[in-house]
Amino acid sequence: MTERLRKTAVASLSVVLAGLLAGCGGSGGYLEIPIETPIAPKLDVSPFQRVYVAGFLAGASEDVDANMETVRLLRSQLRNKNILPVVDADTVALAERAMEDVEPAAGAAAPAPAADTGQLPPVNDERELDQYSKVFSDTDYWKKVGEEHEQPLIVTGSVLFVPHARSGFVQREQEVYDSFGRRQVVPVRTYMERKGYILRPTFVFIDGRTGEQLYSESFREEILYSSNQQTPALSSYFELMDRLLPTFLNTLSAQKIRGSRVLLK
Amino acid sequence: MPARYLPFVVALVLASAYPAWADQRSEAKAQVEFGVQVAQRGLWREAMYRWERATQIDPTYAAAFNNLAVAYEQEGQLDKARAAYEKAIALEPNNALIKQNFDLFKELNDRATSKDSGRQP
Repeated sequence: MTERLRKTAVASLSVVLAGLLAGCGGSGGYLEIPIETPIAPKLDVSPFQRVYVAGFLAGASEDVDANMETVRLLRSQLRNKNILPVVDADTVALAERAMEDVEPAAGAAAPAPAADTGQLPPVNDERELDQYSKVFSDTDYWKKVGEEHEQPLIVTGSVLFVPHARSGFVQREQEVYDSFGRRQVVPVRTYMERKGYILRPTFVFIDGRTGEQLYSESFREEILYSSNQQTPALSSYFELMDRLLPTFLNTLSAQKIRGSRVLLK
Repeated sequence: MPARYLPFVVALVLASAYPAWADQRSEAKAQVEFGVQVAQRGLWREAMYRWERATQIDPTYAAAFNNLAVAYEQEGQLDKARAAYEKAIALEPNNALIKQNFDLFKELNDRATSKDSGRQP
């Protein structure tokens, strides 16, 4: 009798626990759904009637004129997005102005702009470029630029676009077939020499009415190809700029970022 | 009380507590499922309301918090979305789907706030 009672008790306990576990099994399925997340602009552009992309500090490069390409690209993007009317004027002589602010090292001559281009001398890294960045806090200069173009929102900054090489072990996927002819994809680590470019732009937004800096934003993107791949520098430049353009535009206007998420049932 | 009755007592206590708890979960589940249906039709506000209700009915229901976080993202309420994801992960730390959603959210949120790169003087 006692044994029967014990068995009954264990059985009834098992039923209750099974029921509880079934109740605990939260996710009964899932569904992937597209979403669009609105992102508020970082800067209030309502006080401005127009935007002027004034030019960028960029080291001289044989491959890409990073200053002019960036000006062209940003102007065309701003026009397409119709955020503000874009001032279609020549860029300012930013490199010359920036070099005036740089104090030459003792005994050394002041840096001279690269011949005929109005660009800085070749710049290899961020630190070299940063020494010229005083120009962005020169309120008198930017106020004057603003007055010349009906006090717009001024977009300026610096763009470093330099070649880059790196070698090391890279993990990639490789197809293999087993003895039954079944295909499998396995990760393989191989040593590779790769080359590409680094893009490091800093966008500076200046109030054309006061000459004061409103906001600035820096990015760093890099791209690497296998060493036997010949990719033109200009297409690498556009590929890298393409990655950060949505964020640049989001500084001035609201944007919807598309993505997908999983809903649980 | 003789020890042989102990299993019966435990079973009885569990069995009596279970229906109330199960009712809560099934009610929350119904809200979650309705929310999923309306979200599929683009009615995110209604979905958000349903998932909020589900989290109130059953505050231990990770799926409801996950879905609510997605709705907050869709509505651009990023702070609320983060809090809801964190709650969902706290409830189900090993749920890979919630983790995946949260990783995607963090990526987007970093872009939106640009904490590392943007500065205002």
